[in-house]
Amino acid sequence: MNGLPAVTGSASWWAGPRDAVHAEWTKLRTLPGTGALLLAAAALTAAVSALAAGTATCPAAGCQLDPAKVSLTGVDLGQAIVAIVAVTAVSGEYSTGMIRLTLTATPRRWRVLAAKAAVSGAATLAAGAAAVLASVLAGGLLLARHGITPAHGFEALSLGHGPVLRAAAGSVLYLVLIALLGLGVAAAVRDSAVAIGVVLGLLYLFPIIANVVGDQAWQRHLDQIGPMTAGQYIQATTNLRSLPLTPWQGLAVLAAWAAGALLAGGLLLRFRDA
Amino acid sequence: MTVIAPYRSELIAGSDGFTQLVRAEWTKFRTVRGWVIGTIVAGLLIVGIGALTGSGSQCSVADVTPQNPNPPLQACPPPPSGPGGEWVTDSFYLVRQPLAGRGSITVRLTSLTGLYSASGALPEGPNPTAGMTRGVQPWSKGGIIIKASTAPGSAYAAMMVTGGHGVRMQWDFTHDTPGLAGDVSAASPRWLRLTRSGDVISGYDSADGAHWTLVGTATLTGLPRVAQAGLFAAAPGYSVTTTSLGGGSMTGGPTLATATLDRVSLRGAWPAGRWTGAAIQGSSFTAPTLPPSVQGFTQTAGRFTVSGSGDIAPLDRSSGQTVEKTLAGTFAGLIVVVVIGVMFITAEHRRGMIRTTFAASPRRGRVLAAKAVVLGAVTFAAGLVAVAVTIPVGVHLLRANGNPVFPVTALTMTRIVAGTAALLAVASVLALAVGTLLRRSAVAVAAVIAGLVLPYVLAIIPGVLPAGAGQWLVRVTPAAAFAVQQSLPAYPQVAADYTPANGYFPLAPWSGFAVLCGWAALALAFAAFALRRRDV
Repeated sequence: MNGLPAVTGSASWWAGPRDAVHAEWTKLRTLPGTGALLLAAAALTAAVSALAAGTATCPAAGCQLDPAKVSLTGVDLGQAIVAIVAVTAVSGEYSTGMIRLTLTATPRRWRVLAAKAAVSGAATLAAGAAAVLASVLAGGLLLARHGITPAHGFEALSLGHGPVLRAAAGSVLYLVLIALLGLGVAAAVRDSAVAIGVVLGLLYLFPIIANVVGDQAWQRHLDQIGPMTAGQYIQATTNLRSLPLTPWQGLAVLAAWAAGALLAGGLLLRFRDA
Repeated sequence: MTVIAPYRSELIAGSDGFTQLVRAEWTKFRTVRGWVIGTIVAGLLIVGIGALTGSGSQCSVADVTPQNPNPPLQACPPPPSGPGGEWVTDSFYLVRQPLAGRGSITVRLTSLTGLYSASGALPEGPNPTAGMTRGVQPWSKGGIIIKASTAPGSAYAAMMVTGGHGVRMQWDFTHDTPGLAGDVSAASPRWLRLTRSGDVISGYDSADGAHWTLVGTATLTGLPRVAQAGLFAAAPGYSVTTTSLGGGSMTGGPTLATATLDRVSLRGAWPAGRWTGAAIQGSSFTAPTLPPSVQGFTQTAGRFTVSGSGDIAPLDRSSGQTVEKTLAGTFAGLIVVVVIGVMFITAEHRRGMIRTTFAASPRRGRVLAAKAVVLGAVTFAAGLVAVAVTIPVGVHLLRANGNPVFPVTALTMTRIVAGTAALLAVASVLALAVGTLLRRSAVAVAAVIAGLVLPYVLAIIPGVLPAGAGQWLVRVTPAAAFAVQQSLPAYPQVAADYTPANGYFPLAPWSGFAVLCGWAALALAFAAFALRRRDV
């Protein structure tokens, strides 16, 4: 006919799951700034971690410093950048009107969200792994210079040590879950400024309020339900018994937040006009 | 030939003066429903979280006696107040005589030793000092004192030798002047003298008893004619703070100081002629002291040893609730305000409205200034209302739950209320400037929140950052501005936990606020520059 590919089936030109993922990957890859942001997330995470490890000291009387936790401090900043990438993956489409094209190509809206989650999650996984690896290596070198070594009774900071490996791998998962949380929130509220505000508010407000509430039981509950406080229990390697939750339970709390946000975002995406 | 006049509109040309610009920006702000709702939400968050923290903090004590094993819970009693109205701890051992009118007391102090519990365990049993380690605390003190009465919190002036800070003259809990430096020993004793004339007390020190130096002069307003004067010893509790993820723990406990004094010479009106000893006990539950049975004094052939525990000092924040605790919602309000500030400019770019704005007023720097004025004024007004409601509500709830709340002066209260509103306003202007610079709203919002809120979070959560790094963060980042909410000053002469986690900032209130203003001014300057250079 006139050059168009022949349409053989009623639905075959709709994007399948693989096409949807491929389309999202192309968008994320070619968007100006994604690469720079992910690079910044990794670099800043490693830099802040190195700064924390470089300034860590222990008074002569002894302290209960957690070497793994200290060397992963940068995750507190890195999560904000990871959240930006995830939020803009959704709200960027709304601000330019691209979302209408996307939903025309892939009318199954859950599939669009799933593809976005897969691509953003994978990108965060790669950047997060680099960030955490660099943080742990820098932390090991810098903390040893201050005498915070197994010889002085501290936990060994090497990935061969079980709890440290759990803290490091868990931190990568933590960043991926933060990205999914950001994606869900952005799908729900659409505007990028509001979405990033909501995500960072959820992360940073729980520890602040827990700090001022005098009641111990309230403090404990706030720490247990806060996505950042609970999620970061995965980074603890010492004094685990004093934590309100086990490390993996803590990460599960964050996973619940991410799942809830994705569900809310997905439902709104499904039943609302684009 | 006809001359055709060029077309001129019948309308009077609009003016683009600054007033018109401000009016235009105000119209934009008030007609975008989301921004108005957002500003109201910011205020409600501040009030709501304030009420939450007020009702989430309880304090109660029960006076258990053998006759009444299950007494009803009562509100925690407030600690004693000093002459300036501030809360104080006033616990020490006093060996005294009445001093009626003019007079002076001179002593030679030959040693100051101490005991503390190395394990941090509270000493118990009939002989609680048995398991304690020898060692004097830096702010353990022994010397001479003239005090209005034996009531805790009454006015006083004292000359003392300290464990690690040389000779000091201290009066009325908050005043401190250094005298001779160096540690005391039998080979290098310290001579101390206090003279009273009316309500003026002068303190002198000397290394040899012959050459005297005036250390300080204190005026104790309303000092009664018959005051109590004599020898004293006090030792503040020591603490070792250990931090770990999930909560910091403090171990520590009461300590004891023993001063040895001789060559006691009295001049003037000392009618009693003999010494009596008593442990003054005016402490709160957080200022640890050893039981009075351990404290005491001996007097043999003109030589005195005085053993005392406790401290004579203003209390730090951990002894009660503070006004600024009700303002934790500032952070939530701040996040909303930052989102609105960024959107105030990025929304114009997104909708193309910015082209109309700049066509109407080509001087772009003035447009940015008008935006900053409108945004700052609206945020300041909303913040002022929210904070002015939150503090009374929060403090009322704290008191209703039995919490003693630190008293603050009207001036400090004004600074906290106006400073918090100004903090929100300047933060919104910073967000506007960063939004102008970066144009991408998500990046701008995250950058401002990461600069304002994250350093504070890192500094206060125990076990995240070492203390030095935490202090540094709240000194140079915009988060330094939260110092404007600090209601209690830190005293260099008091051994207390003066850290951001305990609500003490390294910078003075308005200096910390100036750090945020500096960041906002810098960002505005860059934004104005970028706005002129870039296409819209």
